[in-house]
Amino acid sequence: MANPATISTAVAGADTLPLDGPQGPRPRPRLSRRNIFIYGTMLVVAVYYLLPLYVMIVTSLKGMPEIRLGNIFSPPMEITFEPWVKAWAEACTGLNCDGLSRGFWNSVKITVPSVFLSIAVASVNGYALSNWKFKGADIFFTILIFGAFIPYQVMLYPIVIILREIGLYGSLGGLVIVHVIFGMPIVTLLFRNYFASLPEELFKAARVDGAGFWQIYFQIMLPMSLPIFVVAMIIQVTGIWNDFLFGVVYTKPDTYPMTVQLNNIVNSVQGVKEYNVNMAATILTGLVPLVIYFVSGKLFVRGIAAGAVKG
Amino acid sequence: MAANSVEIKNLDLSFGAVNVLQNLNLQIPEGEFLVLLGASGCGKSTLLNCIAGLLDVSGGQIWIKDHNVTWAEPSKRGIGMVFQSYALYPQMSVKGNLSFGLRNAGFRKAEIEERVARAAGILQIEPLLSRKPAALSGGQRQRVAIGRALVRDVDVFLFDEPLSNLDAKLRADLRVEIKRLHQRLKNTMIYVTHDQIEAMTLADRIAIMRGGAIQQLGSPDEIYNRPVNKYVAEFIGSPVMNFLEGELTGAGFVSGGETIPTEGYTWADGAGTGPAWLGIRPEHVASGADAAKKTYTTEIAVELVEPMGSDTLVWCQVAGQPFHFNMDGQEKVAPGDRLTIGFDAARGSMFDKDSEARL
Repeated sequence: MANPATISTAVAGADTLPLDGPQGPRPRPRLSRRNIFIYGTMLVVAVYYLLPLYVMIVTSLKGMPEIRLGNIFSPPMEITFEPWVKAWAEACTGLNCDGLSRGFWNSVKITVPSVFLSIAVASVNGYALSNWKFKGADIFFTILIFGAFIPYQVMLYPIVIILREIGLYGSLGGLVIVHVIFGMPIVTLLFRNYFASLPEELFKAARVDGAGFWQIYFQIMLPMSLPIFVVAMIIQVTGIWNDFLFGVVYTKPDTYPMTVQLNNIVNSVQGVKEYNVNMAATILTGLVPLVIYFVSGKLFVRGIAAGAVKG
Repeated sequence: MAANSVEIKNLDLSFGAVNVLQNLNLQIPEGEFLVLLGASGCGKSTLLNCIAGLLDVSGGQIWIKDHNVTWAEPSKRGIGMVFQSYALYPQMSVKGNLSFGLRNAGFRKAEIEERVARAAGILQIEPLLSRKPAALSGGQRQRVAIGRALVRDVDVFLFDEPLSNLDAKLRADLRVEIKRLHQRLKNTMIYVTHDQIEAMTLADRIAIMRGGAIQQLGSPDEIYNRPVNKYVAEFIGSPVMNFLEGELTGAGFVSGGETIPTEGYTWADGAGTGPAWLGIRPEHVASGADAAKKTYTTEIAVELVEPMGSDTLVWCQVAGQPFHFNMDGQEKVAPGDRLTIGFDAARGSMFDKDSEARL
């Protein structure tokens, strides 16, 4: 190895050495073929996804006479919020004419307890499965995962009978139970894998420190698991909010979730097709998952940053 | 006879069909520093986890302080454990980490404060009490981990490779600190490591494990000078011991046409005969003028030189077999040089060719 002292004197003696050929950072022209291709592709894809949204928003702000002119891409000449009000509060489905608001509140009443319950149960499940290896834990887990692969249609009718027998058929409570059960395999898997990735020694240390099942869960595991809770929440909120099949099968018109009501408004066969109202209703229904993505996206990143700190 | 702090009786542990520990017996007197040493997969950490109660045993008993704790919860055994990854609770401050066990045990606030302060004093981590583990260096984290065992006032400290995650300098520093801590607290300590230097420097006794069984249990001096078999001899010592293959006859150890006298060797069970290994530690080989004083001398050609500063390791052939030995680091040697070296077989170890047990 050369002596650093000699190196520094040598450099001080000579001025900057003359260099030939490529040096320093490699030049990257903005308008290279590669950039044009990448940005061009992204632009096309973005337009492909954004155009329908644009049409929906624009149409929902037009009056019916303007829609009949047929220029679906042109911006509204006269902006009206009438279709939005109608979609939210006045549109008729069956006998009720109070718009989507009824479905919205039904969906809230379904989603909030379903998400809360399924995450609460599944996180404890995952924690027990990964840390407290009981006899038959692996078999139990296999059965649970197998449940994720059974098509829902197979179970639709048996569940109708079960709900009828326990007197919950047609009620929101019944639907909540169904959502909790069907969310269990995937969310348990999520939590089990996450808890299994936490250092096992942490769990051992807590046991040596005399903490029990719930103390370790609440005081050690929970504070370290914010990211996975956010992920589970996103999956469950969007899944349950967007559900149509269970909603239409297990509830009555009074308790229809928003998605079912939207379908009934858009697909009604009587009268004039009010495209502007349909567009507004569709955007309203999709708004909740959209907001969840935006809000929890930030939380998600923060959660990962907090979870990255290892003891 | 002094009371045993930890006693392991006929311990068995198997995972399915795999026997990890088999009929293991071990008595650890009060205040002893015992090191479990072995290559990875030898069952040393498993044994420690059994003592801690983190693994259920398949058979046998574990006694701590004259209590049968075989079925007791880890927290009820009077043990504290320090892990390789420190296992500090990341969301709690240092103080939270130290007091977690005490809070679980339902201690009064004043008592907790007092104990945390005392442990922090011993380990000199008072300025760190309000920090989170993420804001600590590796050495500081390990000190907090030790503190967590300290506050609980346990009888037995268990260390599971506590220094393996640290860099070489810090490892040496903390090693001294652990030794000092043991001298001060005089608790029983069981320490698992794969690092022979840690084992030799820290231990009152070392248990060398292999395949779930203890090969040799003895003081570092005994293990270094009188290894019971070839495996132990090979495992302890760095650079590794030389082994010459040959035959024991009345005249001495015959190998590759050379006869190495064995007079003065302390036989384990009468003079051995037949095929055998002769083990000579590189640091017990003399070169140059000192070589003449040894019972066996030979001339070798230097093949390879590894300078290490204080020592220089020289590779050559003795009796037609690869051989290496230490020389003073200041001596100048180059490949191709011819040197006279010598050693006493009496300072070496001889093992049976088949059973590899000490002769």
